[in-house]
Amino acid sequence: MPTAAPTKKRQWAPLRLRRRPRTGANAQAFAAYVFSSGYVLLLLVFGVLPMVYALYLSFTKSGQFVGLDNYVKAVGDFRFLPAVQHVAAFLVIWVVTLTVLATLLALIVHAMRVRWLSSTARFLFFIPGAFAGAASVMLWLFLLNPSVSPVSFVLKWFGYTNFVQAIDLNNLPLIFTVIAFWTGAGAWIIIMYAALHNISNEIMEAARCDGASAIKTAWYIQLPLIRKWIAYMVVISVAVGTQLFAEPKILAQASRNQIPKHYSLNQLAYVTAFGPQADFNSSAAISMMLLVVAAGLAAFFVFRGGLFDRD
Amino acid sequence: MTATRRSVVRSDFAPGRWLGRVTAFLIAGFFAVFFVLPLVWLLLAPTKDTAQLNGFHGEASLSFGSFEQLVANWNELVGFQDGRIWTWLGNSVFYAGVALVLTLLVSIPAGYALAKTNFRFRRAILISTLMVMLIPNTALVLPVFLEINAVHLVGSPLAVILPFAFFPFGVYLAYIYFSTSVSRELLDAARIDGAGEFAVFRRIALPLAIPVVALVGFFNFVTNWNNYFLPFVMLPGSKTQPIQVGLVELLANVREINPTTVASDSIPFPQLALATLISVAPVLIVFLFSQRFLVAGLTAGATKE
Repeated sequence: MPTAAPTKKRQWAPLRLRRRPRTGANAQAFAAYVFSSGYVLLLLVFGVLPMVYALYLSFTKSGQFVGLDNYVKAVGDFRFLPAVQHVAAFLVIWVVTLTVLATLLALIVHAMRVRWLSSTARFLFFIPGAFAGAASVMLWLFLLNPSVSPVSFVLKWFGYTNFVQAIDLNNLPLIFTVIAFWTGAGAWIIIMYAALHNISNEIMEAARCDGASAIKTAWYIQLPLIRKWIAYMVVISVAVGTQLFAEPKILAQASRNQIPKHYSLNQLAYVTAFGPQADFNSSAAISMMLLVVAAGLAAFFVFRGGLFDRD
Repeated sequence: MTATRRSVVRSDFAPGRWLGRVTAFLIAGFFAVFFVLPLVWLLLAPTKDTAQLNGFHGEASLSFGSFEQLVANWNELVGFQDGRIWTWLGNSVFYAGVALVLTLLVSIPAGYALAKTNFRFRRAILISTLMVMLIPNTALVLPVFLEINAVHLVGSPLAVILPFAFFPFGVYLAYIYFSTSVSRELLDAARIDGAGEFAVFRRIALPLAIPVVALVGFFNFVTNWNNYFLPFVMLPGSKTQPIQVGLVELLANVREINPTTVASDSIPFPQLALATLISVAPVLIVFLFSQRFLVAGLTAGATKE
C-alpha cells in the first residue's frame, strides 16, 4: 500500500467534516439505513406484506370479516384430510430416512483416511443438487419407467412392469423420499461432514487412545457433539417437506391423472385459488396454516436452536 | 508421533474392525452409485433414438448411441414450436440474471450494515432475515401471488424478478462474512483517514468481500434458475415461461404420456431427456466448477472459529 494516498486524504478530512455535519456514530447509523434500505424494502414487500395480506384474506370474504369461516371451509373440504395424510406419510419416511442416512454417510465419509476418496465421495453425493426442482422429477420419471430405466430390474423385483404401476398412489411417499434424497442429501452430508470436522482433534485422539471403536466413538462422542446440526436438518426438512408441490404436480401430469391434482396441501391451496372455485380466501387459509407450521419451526430454531447466536 | 499412530493402527487390525470398514465402504459405494447412475443415464439417453432407449434390440440402458442421433435429437428439440426452447432459456437467463444483479446490489450492503453498524432496527432486521431464510421458499409463493395479483402484476417479468431478488440467505452470508472476516479496526482506520461511510464501504469493505459476492451470486442464481413453483404460478403464458416450467410443458407433449398430442409437436423420450439436461446445464456447470464455493456457503454456519 503506498503511503502517499492516506496523507492526501488527511488534507481533505476537515473539509469533509465541515461539509457534512453528521459525524461518528450518527454518520454510521445514517449510512446503515441507506445500505440496508433496498433489502428492507424487499423484506417488507415480499416477506412481511404477503404474510399480512394472506392473513387478511384468510379472515375475510369480499372484504367483510368472517372470523374462522374460511378455515372451517378449507378444513371441511373432502380433499383436505387426504392431503394432510399424504404429506404426513411423506414427512415421516423422508425425515427418518434423511436423518439416518445423511448422518451415517457423513460419519463414513469423515472416517475415510484417504483424502481424495473422501472429497470425491462428497462431490459425487452433492452433484444431483444441481437438479433441484422440476428437473429431478423429470429425470426420475425415466428412472421409474421400467421400459427405459437403468434399474428396471429393481422395478421388476417389486413386480412393476409399467410406469403407471410403479407410481401407484401408495408408493408416492417413498418415491418422493427417493427423489428428495437424491437431490438434497448431498448438501446435508456436506454440512454434517463440516460439523464433524469441527470436533477438536484432541477429543477424537483421546477416544482413539482409550480404544473406543468407530461405532462407539460415533455414538458417544461425535453424534452428541453435532446434535444441533442434526436438529437443524430435521427442522428444515420438516419445514420443506410440508410444502410438497412440484413432485406430485409433475407426477400427476405424467400419470394421466392417476394421482389427484390436490395430492399435497400446497397443491390443494393452488387448485382452490386457480380451479373452478377461484376461492382466494380459502386458499389463503390453507397457505396460512402451512406458513404457521414453517414459521413456527423457523422461530423455534432462531430463538432456541443456538446455531445462530452470533449476535 | 507417526510411530505411535502406526502402532495404534496396527493394533486395529482385528477381524471385527475389518468387517466394519468393509461394510462402511460398501454403504458409501452403494450410495455413490445411487447418486451417479441417474446422471450417467441422463448423459447417455440423448444419444439414442426411442427404440434404442427402450432397448428394443437388446441395447444396454447404459450404452452410448451415436453422435448423429444426438445431433438429430437436438435439431428436433430446437424445432419444437420454432425454437421455443431458446425462448425459455432466454427467459431463464433474463429472470435469473436481472435478479442476480438486484440481489447483489441490495444484500451485500445490507449484510455489511448489519455486521458493522449498530443502528436502531438492526436486531429486528436480523431476526426477520433469519426467520424468512428458514421458511421454505414455497411457503411464500401463494401469499406472494395473492399480493402480486392484487396489484395486477401477474404475467409481468417483475412478478418473478422482484421476488427472486429478495434473498435473505444472501444477506445472512454477507452478514457472517463481514462480521468474521473484515475487522472494525480496518474500517475505523479508513475513517480516521477521512473517508466517508460510503467510501469506506466501496473502497475498503467491498474489495475484501469479493468471495462473499461470488458466493451470494452463485446461490442466488442456482436457487432462482431451478425455481419452478413461483414462475409457474406467476407467468401463465408459454412464451414468458422460464425453462423449468417449459420443461414440464414438454411433458404434456410426450406421446407415451399424453396420447392426444399433435404428431408434429410430439416429444419422444430421448428429446425429453436432452431437454432435462439442457434445463440444468448452467447450474450443473456452476456445480462442477465452483464446488468449493458452494461448499463454503453451505457450511458458513457449521465451521465457527
